[in-house]
Amino acid sequence: MTLTKKAAVMLLVLATAACTDPDRFGGGAGADGAGANGGLGAGVAGSASDPASPLFFNQTIGDRVLFAVDTSTITPEGQTILDAQAQWLLTNADYRAVIEGHADEQGTREYNLALGQRRANAVREYLVSRGVPVGRLQVTSFGKERPIAICSEESCYAQNRRAVTVLSFSAITS
Amino acid sequence: MMKRILAVLVTLMLAGPVFAQGGPLRITITDGVIEPITFAVPSFEAETPAAQQAAADISRLVVQDLAGTGLFREVPATAFISQVSSFAQPVAFPDWRAINAQALIVGAVTVNGDQLTVKFRLYDVFSGQELGQGLQFAGTVAGWRRMGHKVADAVYSRITGEGGYFDSRVVFVSESGPKDNRQKRLAVMDFDGANVQFLTDSSNIVLAPRFSPNGDRVLYTSFESGFPRINVLNVANVGRQQLQTAPGEMAFSPRFSRDGRQVIYSLSNGGNTDIYRTDLSSGQHVRLTSAPSIETAPSLSPDGTQIVFESDRSGNQQLYIMSANGGEARRISFGQGRYGTPVWSPRGDLVAFTKQNAGRFHIGVMRTDGSEERLLTSSFLDEGPTWSPNGRVIMFSRETQGAGGTSSMYSVDISGRNLKAVPLQGGASDPSWGPLQP
Repeated sequence: MTLTKKAAVMLLVLATAACTDPDRFGGGAGADGAGANGGLGAGVAGSASDPASPLFFNQTIGDRVLFAVDTSTITPEGQTILDAQAQWLLTNADYRAVIEGHADEQGTREYNLALGQRRANAVREYLVSRGVPVGRLQVTSFGKERPIAICSEESCYAQNRRAVTVLSFSAITS
Repeated sequence: MMKRILAVLVTLMLAGPVFAQGGPLRITITDGVIEPITFAVPSFEAETPAAQQAAADISRLVVQDLAGTGLFREVPATAFISQVSSFAQPVAFPDWRAINAQALIVGAVTVNGDQLTVKFRLYDVFSGQELGQGLQFAGTVAGWRRMGHKVADAVYSRITGEGGYFDSRVVFVSESGPKDNRQKRLAVMDFDGANVQFLTDSSNIVLAPRFSPNGDRVLYTSFESGFPRINVLNVANVGRQQLQTAPGEMAFSPRFSRDGRQVIYSLSNGGNTDIYRTDLSSGQHVRLTSAPSIETAPSLSPDGTQIVFESDRSGNQQLYIMSANGGEARRISFGQGRYGTPVWSPRGDLVAFTKQNAGRFHIGVMRTDGSEERLLTSSFLDEGPTWSPNGRVIMFSRETQGAGGTSSMYSVDISGRNLKAVPLQGGASDPSWGPLQP
């Protein structure tokens, strides 16, 4: 991706961010981005078929891995996704990421914050073990505060027990 | 007239056993079933014309506070035989005995400009004695509710022998919007849900506030930076300051030390969560636990020497007690299920907690050695107990099930009786009950 193209992508991202509810994550980022570092959310520009685009990362590779109840163990399916995420991050060295851990609602608030942190950290450790420089990866946790599926059944809980790798374009050297 | 006499006769017959007791007006709060004390509150006398409204409002609030405890039952004004037209007038005890009012509260209100004064006397009707002495509180007309709560606190205290909790505030998280886009704001209210004031806007997620021991500040977790961090907020001027944490660290679950100068909280780094203590003035911090598991939700004993907290070091959430300076911890919860959010009672004898078992959540209490566990509630999702200043009532959050689920705050006696919702507009969670106001 050329610098101009990247700049164009960034502009579109900013435009997308401006359209979303600014209150949502305090930073006005995309669908599942906490906005900690101006993350590139799901609705970002670029084509899902362009392997260098964030959209390819979010949709084709998959920006998230799921966890079993009260665990932070990366599943075999998760490993496949994270292997591809690591590969993408190594190829696209201008991006960094905030990994956001989440929990389902079946737990107390503060414990779930810690559990989300544990999940996000498990993802970071895995990505680092695949060669991604640790300085490009930050972790945070939203506990049970940001469910994406809102029914009170396992079908929803399973989607909420997740760690999402939220890309941001790296102007900062690390 | 005939009807009235008949009613009195019936009442007298029903009241027989109470007459026979003839003991002092005193209720000992135990865990057993309590027969409520009956009380009458003739509308307080307005000593100045401007005091009419406040006098009526304050008398009603005193009734509401006392009856709301479940320990007292109002004898309605429609049953009154004699009226109390003047604060100074001698009490016609037989008229109050006849309607079986064990306690009689008479009061008077004066309003001068924006200043309000309320005085009251509490009578033990069956012994024909005044219980304690007349007492007077002064405040503002706008703050009339506080004056009413103070009268009710004094009455509660004289009859139960324990401190009250009506003139107190609760800091909490006000919630709106659906589950997947919940807006959260920090707010304070009177214990009964009145006088809600917002302390933050909804631009960031805010969680689990805690009052300082004297109620002047609030600690809470905020996602302002995208990462959970601890803020200290001054209630009077809403000024706030962030607790310094290193990059890459998540800080949450803050509670004040008993002197209000230090913060006990959780710090997460590298997937591990431990409990730390930071001095607010020097910024110096001390690590209190170092286990590879999750240690969070600390709560200090009233004397400040011990901390009860939750840890999943055994494989799932359980409660532990350690010295306030850290070190060895002993597990106190051994029942079925998971235990979290322990909160030490103001009296020091009990720990309130959230229990999760077989798909249900409960608020419960146990002694500090883990014995005498008692579950007070059961629902799809109850969590986060906080104690009334006198240690008799617990407030907590209850979230309802499903896509349309909302959160409300409830209170319950430590006996498990008198469960009721805090009346509020909109959703609410994470209450922290402040001290009795001076």
